[in-house]
Amino acid sequence: MTAIFDIPIQALMAQLMLGLVNGSFYAVLSLGLAVIFGMLNIINFAHGALYMMGAFLAWMGLEYLGIGYWPSLLLAPLAVGLFGILIERSMLQWLYKLDHLYGLLLTFGLALVIEGFFTNSYGVSGQPYSIPAELTGGFNLGFMFLPYYRGWVILASLLVCFATWFGIEKTRLGAYLRAATENPQLTQAFGINVPLMVMLTYGFGAALAGFAGALAAPVIQVSPLMGSHLIITVFAVVVIGGMGSILGSIVTGLGLGVIEGLTNLLYPAASNTVVFVIMAIVLMVRPAGLFGKEK
Amino acid sequence: MSRQAFAYLALLALGIALPFFVYPVLVMKVLCFALFACAFNLLLGYTGLLSFGHAAFFGTAAYVAGYAIKGWGFPTELGLLAGTAASAFLGWAVGSLAIRRTGIYFAMVTLALAQMVYFIFLQAPFTGGEDGLQGVPRGRLLGLIDLSRDLNLYYFVLAIFVFAFWLIYRTIHSPFGHVLTAIRENEPRAISLGYDVAKYKLLAFVLSAGLSGLAGATKMLVFKFATLTDAHWHASGEVVLMTILGGMGTVLGPVVGSSTIVTLQNELADKVGSLVTVIMGMIFVVCVLAFRRGIVGEISALYKRMIGARNEQ
Repeated sequence: MTAIFDIPIQALMAQLMLGLVNGSFYAVLSLGLAVIFGMLNIINFAHGALYMMGAFLAWMGLEYLGIGYWPSLLLAPLAVGLFGILIERSMLQWLYKLDHLYGLLLTFGLALVIEGFFTNSYGVSGQPYSIPAELTGGFNLGFMFLPYYRGWVILASLLVCFATWFGIEKTRLGAYLRAATENPQLTQAFGINVPLMVMLTYGFGAALAGFAGALAAPVIQVSPLMGSHLIITVFAVVVIGGMGSILGSIVTGLGLGVIEGLTNLLYPAASNTVVFVIMAIVLMVRPAGLFGKEK
Repeated sequence: MSRQAFAYLALLALGIALPFFVYPVLVMKVLCFALFACAFNLLLGYTGLLSFGHAAFFGTAAYVAGYAIKGWGFPTELGLLAGTAASAFLGWAVGSLAIRRTGIYFAMVTLALAQMVYFIFLQAPFTGGEDGLQGVPRGRLLGLIDLSRDLNLYYFVLAIFVFAFWLIYRTIHSPFGHVLTAIRENEPRAISLGYDVAKYKLLAFVLSAGLSGLAGATKMLVFKFATLTDAHWHASGEVVLMTILGGMGTVLGPVVGSSTIVTLQNELADKVGSLVTVIMGMIFVVCVLAFRRGIVGEISALYKRMIGARNEQ
């Protein structure tokens, strides 16, 4: 067995792998969007810009301070998370009583500011960031070649997604969080500091985006525009999956990444648009999204 | 004559006189974006639907009109109509899908579908890819008036703007427009009163898309080319910004907003370079945080307060 439908199995596996890598980023980013949306009722348009920031901070850490990949993987999300907290405290907190659309508009403005700032400082061309020495090379599995780094991206994303799911569904803090999402006033009445939870939630969501960015830095060129290209696709992913469930976000993200990879193999011209086409079909068949609940 | 009618006539006189004082191409650009923003405001300000994908209609009409005039040799006015019709049709397709969701999902769906349109234009052979569709002749209006002269074209563009503005004004103040406002204010109530809300929303969407298309096609004619910039999500964001800065849900707000933004971009372009995006983003943030009624909204609120204070005395 070396070919299916005249497609060499190596090519098929390579595209599947690429699809899973992209899907991992979709999963982590849409998870962050869902967590923020659940608590703040805001669609964070700045998510793509925060993702880009994560990648840039990793790159800058290496370029200016000599901070290697592994510490960056921790420091970049931390810095982006703190930046997110700053945004929440200084701006977003004033919008909670208004129409949710204002949150989208504000974060859109922020995305422009962040993106414009980096474009102005570094231009639009990409900065290379090399794969850490421990993860260069790869396995030869016989039927395909698996680069270590790609495997690591998928593994790390799944771990982070699982940890987030576990934290929200199975821990005490997660229970407070779910309670505050369900009924903020009542939760506050029980003595839980809801505004603090909201702040930390936004910070955590931002940190997830930053983590995805740092993780992506070695597989793509670090460029100021990398986030905005991705975030619109992630929005489509969110519409397809619905933001009702955490596992739903993860499954939808990975699944769409794989579909995109396969499309790239079968009909490359459509690989950019296939996610949007699927979104249109889902809207026709199941407007609330695959895992969503109609309110 | 009412005070309002007088104000509109004064504005029209200003529009007629302006090209003798300001570079006509700049004013034409302002008029095109003003029309774009007015069409967008019909949806955001009067129906309460935030579309984040209006650049798709702006760009589609620019490409279709450009291709019809350059590739098929359409006369200018037919080319513009073809572009407008194409955008209205696209508006019908996008609108039918998007109105299945509300609120922020509506915004995300329109954004995603517009991105799809963008990618199609990026790859389609007739658009010229990254270079765009260049060298579209302006032609002659009805075969008589030479539009390659800027001043002739200016009055043609002004006429298009005035016609479209009148159409939007009439729509807002018609029974149809009042139903749209009712949907914006309280959708469940509009449904319970027996209005087919989906149909009203779709019609508003198609109208808004078509008029956005007219704006895009006209802009193409002014600059003689259509590029991917017209269909990029930045353009979608810009029209949102113009509308909010001027005052959404006010008749003149989008005109004020777009004049401000286009002039600002024009002034800043050679001074700060790519920092323009940062400045636009900051204006966005300030508008949302502290200035939600926009310029015209604030002025009319101030005016009403003054009237109120005078009546109390």
